[in-house]
Amino acid sequence: MRYIPNTSADRDEMLASIGVSSIEALFADIPESVRSCFRPLGLPPRSEMEVASIVSDMADRNKPTDAVCLLGGGIYDHYVPSVVGNLLSRSEFVTAYTPYQPEISQGTLTAMFEFQTYVCELTGMDIANASMYDGATAMAEAVLMAERIRKRGAVAVPRSLFSHLRRTLDTYCWATDIQIHEMNYLPDGTADWQSLPEQLSAVVVQTPNAFGVIEPLAGLKERIGDALLIVSCNPLSLGLLQPPGAYKADIVVAEGQSLGLAMGYGGPLLGLFAAREEHLRQMPGRIAGRTVDVDGKTGYAMAAQTREQHIRRQRATSNICTNSALCALATTIYLASAGSAGLRQVAKLNLEKAHYLADRITAIDGYELAFAGDFFNEFIVNVPGDATEIHDALVQAGFAVEAPQALQSFGLDRVLRFAVTEKRTKNELDRLTRVLGGSR
Amino acid sequence: MSTIFDCRCSEKVGGLFPELDVPAQGVERLIDAAHVRTQPLRLPDLSEPQVARHYTKLSKLNFGVDDGFYPLGSCTMKYNPKLNEAMAVLPGFSGLHPRSDVSRSQGALQLMFELTGFLRGIAGMADVSLQPVAGAHGELAGMFLFKKYFQVRGEHERKRILLPDTAHGTNPASAALAGFSVTEVASDETGRIDLAALDEALDDTVAGIMLTVPNTLGIFESDILQVTEKVHAAGGLCYFDGANLNSYMGKTRPGDMGADVFHFNLHKTMSTPHGGGGPGSGPIAVSDALVDYLPVPRVRLENEQYKLDWNCPHSIGSVHSFYGNFLVAVRAFAYILQLGDVGLREVSENAVLNANYLQQRLKKTYALPYDGLCKHEFVLSGKGLAEGISTLDIAKRLIDYGVHPPTIYFPLTVKEAIMIEPTETESKATLDRFAEIMEIVAREAKENPQLLHDAPVRASVRRLDQTQAAKNPVLKVPLDGE
Amino acid sequence: MGGFFNGLKGEAMAYPTDYRYTKDHEWVQLKGNRARIGITDHAQAELGDIVFVELPAIGTSVNKGDNIATVESVKAVGDVFSPASGKVVGINDALESAPETINSAPHVGGWIVDLEVVDLAGLDDTMDAAAYESFVSGA
Repeated sequence: MRYIPNTSADRDEMLASIGVSSIEALFADIPESVRSCFRPLGLPPRSEMEVASIVSDMADRNKPTDAVCLLGGGIYDHYVPSVVGNLLSRSEFVTAYTPYQPEISQGTLTAMFEFQTYVCELTGMDIANASMYDGATAMAEAVLMAERIRKRGAVAVPRSLFSHLRRTLDTYCWATDIQIHEMNYLPDGTADWQSLPEQLSAVVVQTPNAFGVIEPLAGLKERIGDALLIVSCNPLSLGLLQPPGAYKADIVVAEGQSLGLAMGYGGPLLGLFAAREEHLRQMPGRIAGRTVDVDGKTGYAMAAQTREQHIRRQRATSNICTNSALCALATTIYLASAGSAGLRQVAKLNLEKAHYLADRITAIDGYELAFAGDFFNEFIVNVPGDATEIHDALVQAGFAVEAPQALQSFGLDRVLRFAVTEKRTKNELDRLTRVLGGSR
Repeated sequence: MSTIFDCRCSEKVGGLFPELDVPAQGVERLIDAAHVRTQPLRLPDLSEPQVARHYTKLSKLNFGVDDGFYPLGSCTMKYNPKLNEAMAVLPGFSGLHPRSDVSRSQGALQLMFELTGFLRGIAGMADVSLQPVAGAHGELAGMFLFKKYFQVRGEHERKRILLPDTAHGTNPASAALAGFSVTEVASDETGRIDLAALDEALDDTVAGIMLTVPNTLGIFESDILQVTEKVHAAGGLCYFDGANLNSYMGKTRPGDMGADVFHFNLHKTMSTPHGGGGPGSGPIAVSDALVDYLPVPRVRLENEQYKLDWNCPHSIGSVHSFYGNFLVAVRAFAYILQLGDVGLREVSENAVLNANYLQQRLKKTYALPYDGLCKHEFVLSGKGLAEGISTLDIAKRLIDYGVHPPTIYFPLTVKEAIMIEPTETESKATLDRFAEIMEIVAREAKENPQLLHDAPVRASVRRLDQTQAAKNPVLKVPLDGE
Repeated sequence: MGGFFNGLKGEAMAYPTDYRYTKDHEWVQLKGNRARIGITDHAQAELGDIVFVELPAIGTSVNKGDNIATVESVKAVGDVFSPASGKVVGINDALESAPETINSAPHVGGWIVDLEVVDLAGLDDTMDAAAYESFVSGA
């Protein structure tokens, strides 16, 4: 086998030195009654070339690049600069473990520290961790953290949360006996906080929300009493939009995929997690800190480790160990490449192009925006007639658009959701408009 | 080490993204001024060469499996085949949106379906979910399954999880996160679960036990059938932490030992890379009793079409945004496909052979608290090696000799623990060299202990002051004005 | 103290003879029904450099065995368990800014909590200094 260097002569020598006659003897401590039940998979070994061919065929069956992607709902078809993939593939990053030995992990640790700085700067928060699995578990962990701090056993979340975030949050809250109060949305697509219950550990808000609508956050913190304000956002939009920290958010979470990660059929993703400094001790996840070595030289090490499972065990702030370190590095390199100017530019491209498409579509008879609220790069339109038929026509014409059934859980009928990133060209958007019967 | 924020900003930036090709309307016309950022971002604007140099420099301050021997116990730092990486970046996988219509994602669904089948077979269990994205995440999902199981049965008093004292820290943390309390069960003098202590702990408030097989001492629980039978007889369930699957994959199966939930660490056993701390993948396999509760969506094959089944009314729900870490699953699939049954068996046989060989040699120099056959790893103690020398000193000195130190101070049942897992992808020559280094360090500990106290001296930094870092945490780069 | 670290063989340490000691490596200085509680020299040595102490609120009622405070070093966490039932009537808030006092003066300046004990019999299972010293050296 290609990945095992020892020869049979090596093995014989090693067995002799151990003092056993066969490899089987090394497994004598496994009960025979267990071993005799063993059944193989019936899988022959294959050469690398054969495997490459089989797996490539499977990849080819997906053909995502055949269609123009207007899918969104929390994951977006953004451009990933070449420098990201190239630097990310360096084996010193890829094949290293969690930085338990800081002296030989300064690369990972420095990058973690940079990542935390980027996340804090984007979100306007004091502190950030080195990543969570994805936006959904980051949100769930934010709710658990708020519950540890406030202990009220209940949180409020808007109905306009992305479905994948809500599904995950529901599971975590069910398991931890946290009650979820669902807040409906207003006609303009923003959350309706009118009948907000009292005695909450947290109020969660997603912006832009599942309708693409930017939530007005000014004054929200003031009206929710001492419940913690948890804001989930799209970090790419923060190139333009006011950061949640400016609205006194207590915890900010986000799906980081928009900053340099492949869509990858939904994984691996990247959870961003930031908070106000006073909550450091309740934060989940790894955090890198700056310190000095015995010679006074600057270096980085994991900080505030007593929160974590390997020390605090059942009283840890989270069970998380392996997280999304390499994805966080991708985002760090993406932001280093883009800088303030690039991030602002890409955010503007998203905003302008999405509005261009929305304007073109709503110029067609019978099409109108479902919500009047401001949007960033995603919007929902009411369509004339059968949304499924229109969807199918778009798919036939080479566009990837989400099936309208996906939006039924929001109480929306006869609608389609479109996400437009910097990758979409005027030509593609005009062609889409023509399929819908527009003039362009 | 300077950070990217210390790089001088470049005068000429941009060029990543094209100019706008639709008529510009202007931010102020499109969104309310109240939503627009008022404080400009303070991200450095850099040229690409600056970025490339900086991260290349950082990479050289790291130590990966490709750099050298990495005997980190419990972490299975085996070689990560390059084929895996090539497969994961195929545009048909990496460019696929998770909300794609199933008609456009048949290849991805097929891969998930077939990998599910492989893992089911390797575990010898009824069904598998690929959704959890890390070992601890699999544990948590497993604890949710336990909870659901007892909720459905109306056994609400089952709130306790039993854990051997050798358990990974994630085990109690996962159990607690799912709302269970934790009761520790002591090991006996051979390092295995004490059956009498288990009997004592079992009652009708016990939801189950979390086991690691072989345990974190690298010792197989020879009484495993008695353990699982006792727990089952008491009405509990058995969780198997799969961190140590590399020691028996292809030879025996957790399903045959009485496991109800078993999690895989694809980033350990199935050769997918650790990435400096993720992303991983922690699929869970379950026994018949728990199949209906697995996370949604499930992947099914109906009429030769793969589909995502969301209609699982008894499911615990979702534990991740979509279908888990798909691109990690691609790597693991390629690996298993290449190995086949023979390769899977050779992995565990060689992993166990390498560990026993190294144990046999090193026990002559270092204390081996639990002597006997080990599986894929073993635990030495740095205690008593030399006056005033700690395991930390030994570990740091190993860095100077160009090897990654083993896992240290774990498991907690061994004082000054040194936990060594060589994996199957290391040669006898590498093991011999490592043993030699360990022997040199042991000699130095006695003859010139200062060498160990001062170590490392050949890394980019020396020992870091973690006390100051904990007392006065600096957790981000201070930017202008801070 | 207990739970998160293993006992090691201690060196000879000076334990005040007018204190009582628990198996969790805490000391109790009793004046009337008022008990001052801290962790022993052995415990602080085990933990290493202490970087954080979590103190209870004054007025908190506790039962014997409840966790009343937490002492953290860089890589370990130690729980302080109440040696008796009672009410917290004082806390050493100087530890918030100078937790290292527990390392430098564990038996005096590094005290943690003052407890008004409701049931003095709850302290019956504590040891005197000599018994504690042999407990530690036998651990």
